[in-house]
Amino acid sequence: MSTPSVATTSRWRALTHHNLFWPVAVLIALLLVNVPFTPDFFAIKMTDGHLYGSLVSIVLFGSPLILVAVGMTLVIATGGIDLSVGAVVAITGALTCSYISDQADQNALAGVFLAMGIGLVAAVVCGLWNGFLVARMGIQPIIATLIIMVAGRGVAQLITDGQIITINSEPYKLIGGGYWLTLPFSIFVVAAVVAVTVALTRRTALGLLVESVGGNAEASRLVGIRSRRIKIMVYMFCALCAGIAGLMISSNTSAADGNNAGLWIELDAILAVVIGGTSLLGGRFSIGGTVVGALVIQTLTTTIYTIGVPTQTNLVFKAVVVIIVCLLQSPKFRAKVFGANGPKGLRRAAAPAPATPAADAAPKMEVSR
Amino acid sequence: MAEPRPVLEMTGIVKEFPGVRALSGVDFRLFPGEIHALMGENGAGKSTLIKVLTGVYSLDGGTVTLDGKSVHIGSPLQAQQAGISTVYQEVNLCPNLSVAENIFIGREPTRGGRIQWKRMRKEAAELVDRLGLDIDVTAPLSSYPLAVQQLVAIVRSVGTGDSDGEGSGTKVLVLDEPTSSLDRDEVLELFRLMRRLRDEGVAILFVSHFLDQIYEICDRMTVLRNGTLVGEHMVRDLDQVGLIELMIGKALDQLEELHEHQLRSDVGETLLEAEGLGRAGGIAPFDLEIKKGEVIGLAGLLGSGRTELARLLFGADQPDSGKVTIGGKQVSMSAPNDAIGAGVAFCSENRKTEGLVPDLTVRENIILALQAARGWTRPIPAAQRDELVAKYIKALDIRPANPEARVGQLSGGNQQKVLLARWLITQPQLLILDEPTRGIDIGAKAEIQKLVVSLSEDGMAVLYIAAELEEVLRLSHTIGVLRDRKLVARLTNGPEITTSKILETIASGEHQ
Repeated sequence: MSTPSVATTSRWRALTHHNLFWPVAVLIALLLVNVPFTPDFFAIKMTDGHLYGSLVSIVLFGSPLILVAVGMTLVIATGGIDLSVGAVVAITGALTCSYISDQADQNALAGVFLAMGIGLVAAVVCGLWNGFLVARMGIQPIIATLIIMVAGRGVAQLITDGQIITINSEPYKLIGGGYWLTLPFSIFVVAAVVAVTVALTRRTALGLLVESVGGNAEASRLVGIRSRRIKIMVYMFCALCAGIAGLMISSNTSAADGNNAGLWIELDAILAVVIGGTSLLGGRFSIGGTVVGALVIQTLTTTIYTIGVPTQTNLVFKAVVVIIVCLLQSPKFRAKVFGANGPKGLRRAAAPAPATPAADAAPKMEVSR
Repeated sequence: MAEPRPVLEMTGIVKEFPGVRALSGVDFRLFPGEIHALMGENGAGKSTLIKVLTGVYSLDGGTVTLDGKSVHIGSPLQAQQAGISTVYQEVNLCPNLSVAENIFIGREPTRGGRIQWKRMRKEAAELVDRLGLDIDVTAPLSSYPLAVQQLVAIVRSVGTGDSDGEGSGTKVLVLDEPTSSLDRDEVLELFRLMRRLRDEGVAILFVSHFLDQIYEICDRMTVLRNGTLVGEHMVRDLDQVGLIELMIGKALDQLEELHEHQLRSDVGETLLEAEGLGRAGGIAPFDLEIKKGEVIGLAGLLGSGRTELARLLFGADQPDSGKVTIGGKQVSMSAPNDAIGAGVAFCSENRKTEGLVPDLTVRENIILALQAARGWTRPIPAAQRDELVAKYIKALDIRPANPEARVGQLSGGNQQKVLLARWLITQPQLLILDEPTRGIDIGAKAEIQKLVVSLSEDGMAVLYIAAELEEVLRLSHTIGVLRDRKLVARLTNGPEITTSKILETIASGEHQ
């Protein structure tokens, strides 16, 4: 074997080793699948000063999911889960729209800002409630957040009197349906939230403490981390993200639908987090991975439409792709399939992984001793 | 002495784990109608032997004979079918089911595929009655305290094989630390049941860290040390000092020669004072004074309350009684935060479960305590952080010297050093080290001991817990002796204090 190819191999190995490799690979593969069906899939056209194209719409339609999934990432990193985000989306949209619809002038900026503020505060209160139940009352996260998941939709319908509230507010329309600097405004909102989240977790010590709490709760307590406070903060942040997503969805349709807004978005968000490489057991998290994971899911949804999968087989098709993605993510599966006679790089990437479950199992044995 | 034939004979048992020989040629026998204690220090091979006997581990060499027949025990189920039942420290029953259901779970009397509830309740009641227990078998198990649940677990294991009339039921009953969470009255109730079963001819293997209980209930004992058999004795022929000598492996006078003394004599003013600090089920109320620059060693057998004492001083467990004063100020000790704020640091004996966050890097693990104290809004500046981490990696010689390495992949000794670095970085006034040298190699051991001496010279107080008495004696100014979850003596280290003196204090349980 000549020297350059050795260098290539090691570079390849470093690449496959990267924690974003598999999510990005799946995303690219999914995008490529579209090309035979839609030859101009990657084309981006300028019309009326706005950029149009499949890639732009994937990001646009995926925006609410990215927001919710980013918040969910932090909750999952602490070893929790938040099922209530879909209901929070509905509550925020309902409150904001019903306030705007009561205004004499729906286009008045002050009224719109106040309405958004009311919606977001309600979202944060939901998060505080979740955090309180989980961190203070010690209720399992899946149960604690189930309460708002179920009751929250009821609250949203109470707010809208069981009707779909439609509004006609130009300023509010901007968030989910407007354009700025040739691009959909949603993309800027998402970019801002992602940037703030990354700054909040990596420029401060919040990320480290979250990973510590999720990685070993008892050790974190003994090291003096105020894990209750951290958990409450994280649930509040997650709800805030869901609230912003709620504004976006209701703004896009100029309507608040207490029943259907953000329906099942919590499940897609959890899926996005997992595809992004954050373990449901808590600990290490990756915001970048989650963004890619959410894009994978949105691309999948778009692909189903563009390649013309019959509507009745939509969900089955989606399930099959998700299974494939999850299998590709599993080190054990990769070792089995690629390990024996696959490319060297793949084998190396897969090799160290089996050590992880063993290392995880050891402390559990000690506990039971 | 004419002895009856043993019901169980294990000969030349060998069990190996990668890199460790846990048992090398151990012989063990058990007679019907006796209560037999299995003794040995932590790591002597007691639990390995029990796990081999009960089919949890397969054996790498040796034979097991039950009732004169050679048997192969490949799984816990096979052990049970052969008549070997085990009751562990934690009760493995279903609290939501009734007592009768728990006793018969998995072998319910059936007719035509349906459970005969009446018959089951009747048989359960008879069994409980026969063993002299007053338990309502129709009540859910969870309505009884833990001690009774443990008795039910024993009843269940004794009842194995009885229901269908075939086989002779349990021949060997293994009780692995059944008393560790029971109070005195509950222990007596358990002993009553054990004596009853013994009189019925069951051979009972009993493991406990409480020496008094061994001497109260057992007829015979087998002592293990480092995976080998040290001896089998009738309990009445061996006194407690003799037993401890066997367990530790050195005669008392031999130990005395090892004794050395090179400590700084002067210690500073009082740093910490505990008055009547205690926790039910953990440690009886104790008084303790720790001075600046003082090393206090805690001596006592495993389970004597060493760790429990340390955890109270750190607020890791909440005390029921007493108060702690640090530097003249009373500290509430309701959470580790309170202790950390007052300058106390604690390295747990369980590195993996209570110390490290295995997924995080060496750097992240090292700065964790300092960062927690600063709060999340004030991250340690990157330059300062890297400098601190590099300094401690170098000072403690952590290998690999790579701050990016995942801490879960380091060896035991290096993981211990990471924990030490984590706390030293916070510059505590009192450092509590619980078994800091357990399971690490000899070089790292010596380094950690040297470090303790130099920290003490710099004025840091250290509470040092170690299983090895020499280690405690070599490092400490003062030695607290614990026995049966009580601080029984406080010895000021000096030429007249020797390991044998400490052993005598542990054995006798009083200050002389």
